[in-house]
Amino acid sequence: MSDHEHDDATGSDGEASSGDEPTFEAAEYADGTVTYPPHTVSPNGAERVGTVDLREYEARVVTWTTSTATPPGVREPNTLAIVEFEMGDGYDGPPVRALGQIAERDGEGGGGAGADGEQFAVDIGDCVEPVYADELREPGAGIREPESQDWDGFRFRPVE
Amino acid sequence: MERVAIVGASMTQFGQRDAWVRELLAEAGAAALDDAGVDGDDLDHLYVSNMASGEFEGQTGVPNALAHDLAAQPAYTARIDQTSSSGGAGVYAAWQSIASGASDLTMLVGGEKMTHRTTSEATDVIASLTHPVEYKQGVTLPSFAGLTARLYLDEYDAPRESLGKVAVKNHKNGVDNPHAQFQKEVDLDTVLDSPIVADPLRLYDFCPITDGSAALVFCPESVAEEYAPDGSYAVISGIGGATDTHVVHERADPTTMGGVVDSSDIAYEMAGIGPDDVDVAELHDMFTILEFLQSEDLGFFEKGEGWKAVEEGVTDRDGELPINTSGGLKSKGHPLGASGVAQVYEIFKQVTGDAGPRQVEADTGLACNVGGFGNCVTTTILEGSQ
Repeated sequence: MSDHEHDDATGSDGEASSGDEPTFEAAEYADGTVTYPPHTVSPNGAERVGTVDLREYEARVVTWTTSTATPPGVREPNTLAIVEFEMGDGYDGPPVRALGQIAERDGEGGGGAGADGEQFAVDIGDCVEPVYADELREPGAGIREPESQDWDGFRFRPVE
Repeated sequence: MERVAIVGASMTQFGQRDAWVRELLAEAGAAALDDAGVDGDDLDHLYVSNMASGEFEGQTGVPNALAHDLAAQPAYTARIDQTSSSGGAGVYAAWQSIASGASDLTMLVGGEKMTHRTTSEATDVIASLTHPVEYKQGVTLPSFAGLTARLYLDEYDAPRESLGKVAVKNHKNGVDNPHAQFQKEVDLDTVLDSPIVADPLRLYDFCPITDGSAALVFCPESVAEEYAPDGSYAVISGIGGATDTHVVHERADPTTMGGVVDSSDIAYEMAGIGPDDVDVAELHDMFTILEFLQSEDLGFFEKGEGWKAVEEGVTDRDGELPINTSGGLKSKGHPLGASGVAQVYEIFKQVTGDAGPRQVEADTGLACNVGGFGNCVTTTILEGSQ
């Protein structure tokens, strides 16, 4: 996986690399596996050796749902998908997947938590790509302490 | 290792209750002590299964509060939190306390007070168990169910109606449970026409938000007849606990609950039986899809075949393997910390022949209590004493 970006494996979430947009950071481990989100060790117990920016990969929709009963600070409705990244022939580890919102049609990540834009339609097997959103959910509206985690991240939109 | 018996059991009315968590716990605890014919100060250990009394109503320290209310001092107390499987984990802790010899008499009380919160707030408290990368996307436990149900229906060519038939069956069972939150039947059209919550799942695919409590009293099997001279006790012949990934999308097969597989393997081995020996089961049907997944991962049916068993009536109360004779979480209700205890309460009633109109022929019963979306699981196997 020579195209993977390596760092000191501190476990911090993705920060801006060469540009302004944060990376979609997965962890790479000594046994060659990749996970999102990063963990202290791989599923087999191998140590972290670097990161992989999942922005570089397309993914396929494994399954999806549209939730109409959303918690405080979450857009309603909220279409979510589990996607599996196409890591290439050189990768033989367990599937690399993420759960994320489906993007809205009004461009980029599509508005903040309160946006009411139309969300793309997806189906099982569709090809999608990550798109950055600076706020996926309104911090502090729910039970979780706002400072305990970040609230930006990646949605997915269909690849035309 | 000492075999462990259950010699007392109770559950409160489940549903929307005026009582708060302390009062609910005390109500079930006092009834279980009475059922076992003992007093609070007879207890060596007292456990409380509860997920979130601090978050729901600002009441922490509930085990000590319960010990005081039941005059159980100086019993050792502890709160067992394993999210929705807190009840099963409490059964495990109570079993350990007796099996290890640390306690000669233990009571477990599970309870939760939830209905004073809005659905949105309660959903958020439960969703707070998720990983930060899941939580910020607005995921809820119902949305995990929708994601999994869509994949299951697609992979195994199961009709949407089969999920609805789980709700119909469990509501029908709940009619004969005087403690159930819903004691009324629903028909398939009502289920399939109800509002979408996390498609393809609709309102009637989900359990309600519930207040309630349940309790069990444990002792060594060797002295069980002192508390139950008529032989109306049950023995924990097998119990196992296991975890799966915290992050749900990292599981190799999203339609398999590894914690159910692993915990039941342990429980079956301890009991010296297999899935074919189980006569009745209580499964964690927080969502209809979970009854399919657990019935397969417990080994009752082949992978992808659980839906056919429901279609064919195999899991009906008069079927070959009755599942959720209590009405399940779907009809009985799901007061988080109480649910795993109430599942074992139902199996206790079944294997001791005290289930009234819900009674089925059962020498051996199994309860499977699931936390998160299969994140933590306890499987308990009971055998009647007679």
